[in-house]
Amino acid sequence: MATIEEMKKVASQVRRDIIRMVCMAKSGHPGGSLSSTDILTTLYFGVMKQDPATWTREGKGQDMFILSAGHLAPVYYAVLARAGYYPASELATLRQYGSRIQGHPSVEHDLPGVSQCSGSLGQGLSVAAGLALGKKMSGEDSYAYVLCGDGETEEGQFWEAAMFAAHHNLDNLIAMTDWNGQQIDGPVDEVSGQGDLEAKWKAFGWNTIVADGHDIEAILNAYNEAKKINKSNGKPCMILFRTEMGHGVDFMAGTHKWHGKAPSEEQCAEAMKQLEETLGDF
Amino acid sequence: MKKYIDTGKKDTRSGFGVGLLEAGKADPRVVALTADLKGSLKMDAFAAEFPDRFVQCGIAEANMVGVASGLAITGKIPFAGSFAEFITGRVYDQIRQEVAYGHTNVKLASSHAGITLGEDGATHQTMEDIALMRALPGMVVINPCDFNQTKNATIAAAKYDGPVYLRFGRPSVPNFTPEDEPFEIGKAYVMNEGKDVTIIATGHLVWEALQAAEALESEGICAEVINVATIKPLDEATIVASALKTKGVVVAEEHNSAGGLGELVAGVLARRAPTPMEMVNGGDRFGQSGTPKELMAAYGLDAAHIAKAAKKVMNR
Repeated sequence: MATIEEMKKVASQVRRDIIRMVCMAKSGHPGGSLSSTDILTTLYFGVMKQDPATWTREGKGQDMFILSAGHLAPVYYAVLARAGYYPASELATLRQYGSRIQGHPSVEHDLPGVSQCSGSLGQGLSVAAGLALGKKMSGEDSYAYVLCGDGETEEGQFWEAAMFAAHHNLDNLIAMTDWNGQQIDGPVDEVSGQGDLEAKWKAFGWNTIVADGHDIEAILNAYNEAKKINKSNGKPCMILFRTEMGHGVDFMAGTHKWHGKAPSEEQCAEAMKQLEETLGDF
Repeated sequence: MKKYIDTGKKDTRSGFGVGLLEAGKADPRVVALTADLKGSLKMDAFAAEFPDRFVQCGIAEANMVGVASGLAITGKIPFAGSFAEFITGRVYDQIRQEVAYGHTNVKLASSHAGITLGEDGATHQTMEDIALMRALPGMVVINPCDFNQTKNATIAAAKYDGPVYLRFGRPSVPNFTPEDEPFEIGKAYVMNEGKDVTIIATGHLVWEALQAAEALESEGICAEVINVATIKPLDEATIVASALKTKGVVVAEEHNSAGGLGELVAGVLARRAPTPMEMVNGGDRFGQSGTPKELMAAYGLDAAHIAKAAKKVMNR
C-alpha cells in the first residue's frame, strides 16, 4: 500500500490526466472526476486488495469496485492506468472510435479493471450488492466497493438497493458518495433537495461515516473505520465524502458548470499550472 | 398427421419450477432471485432445497436485476423471476445496461406472460415483452410451449453461458412434448410435416396450432406445424425451407403484432423467401380481465382463428 505522501502525488497526477484527457477528447465530465479523485486514488492505492497482474472480471479472492456514476469515467480510467492496469498512454484515446476507454465504462472492450459497465445512473449499488452477496455465498472474505454521485441518489433504485443490502446484512459492502452538492442542472439543493442524506442512510439500516473527501488521511481512516463498524454489526456502510466539484482547478471549483464540459486548450494550460506533474504526463 | 397426446394439463411456470430445481441440483452455481413472487414463480421447492442460494429481493425489480448481474459477475448463474411485465418493461434499462450490454450470465425468468394471465387485467398482461427482449443485442429469447418443454428449456438456459429471457405462463395447458427431451436453444421444432401450408407458433399457441392442423386435415389440408421455442436466435433455415415448400405461412403468438414473432419471420422471409403470410396475434391493443380461455377466443388466439388464417393464406 502506498503512503499518504505517495497517494497525494498520484492524485495530483490523476487530476492532470483528467483535464488533459477531457481536453483532448473535447468532451467528457471533469467536475465530478476532480471531486472524486482523492476518494478513488486512496481506494486503489491504499485500501483495496486487488492486483492488476491477476485481475479478472470475476474478481475471485479479490476486492471489487463498481463505478455507479459512470460519467466519472475520466478519473476511473486515470486511476486504473496509474495503478498499472494498462499503460497511461491509452488515456489519450478517451472517447475515440475503437478505444477501450469508452465515453462511459464498458465491458465490451475488455478493459482491465472494469467488472461492469455503467452510465445509466442509480444502478451500481445494486450491482455491488450482488457482488457482495456472491462473495458471501462463496464463503469469500473480500469486499465490494461502489462509488456513487450525490445527484445520482435521486434515482429510486438506489433506495431499493439500500433496503436490500441492509436486509441481507452485506457487511462486506462499502459505498462511497462523492458528495459535491452539484448536478448537471445546478446545485443539488435547488434541483431536487435530498434533505438529511446521512439520516436517510441510517434510517435504511446502514452504517454511515461523514468524512472530508479531499484529505487522504481522513479518507483512509474512513475506509478502515467502515470495515471495523461493518464487522461489529453486520451492516453495510455508506461513506459520505464531503467534496468540491472541480476540486484542484480554481476556475472549475464549486460549480455545476463543469459537470460535463471540456476545457479549451488555454483553460487546460491554466489548469496545468495549478496541478503538479508528479508521475509524468501520458 | 402426427398425434400429440395431452398427458394432463399443467402450467408452464411449474415446468420452470421443476427445471430450476433440477438445474440447481446439477450445478451449485445456480441461484434464484424473486421480487416477492416466490410462489407465483414456483420457486418454493428450490428455496426449500437451497435456502442459501435463494434471494428474496422484495418488491424491487430494478434492484433485483442489478443484484443478479453482480451475482453473475462473481460466477453465479442467477435466475431472476417476476411477472413478464415486471421483468421486462419495468426494468428495461436495467436489463439493457447490466445484463445485455454488461454481458452477464443472467436468466430472466418471466412468468404470467401474455393475455392468459387472465383476471388481473391489462396492467399485468404484457403482450410487448418479446419485442423488448428481442431488441437487445445478444439476448437469447426462449418461449417454450408446455410444462415439459419449459422444464427442459430451464435446464438448457442454466447450461448456456449468456443472457437469456425465458418466457412462460400462468394457466394450466396441455402437456404434450417429450418429458425429458433435451432442449436445443436456437432450434425450431417441426411438430408435424406438411406440404400445403406452414403454421409457425410459439408458447401456448403451439398446442392451438396442432389443433388447427388436425381440423385442417379433416378438410384435406396438410399443414406443417413448427414450434419456434427459441425466438432469438431464430432457426431461419427451418422456417425458410418450410416456406419454400408450402408457399404460405401463418405465424401465431400470444403477443402483440409490433416486434413479435410474426414480424420477425416476415423479415426473414422477405429477405430469403418472399411468401404470403397471415398473422395470428393480439394486434395493437391492451388486454383486459377475463378467463384465459375467454381472452384467447376474444383476441383471436386459438385453433379456430389459426385454421381460418391458414385457409386465407392458401387462397392468396
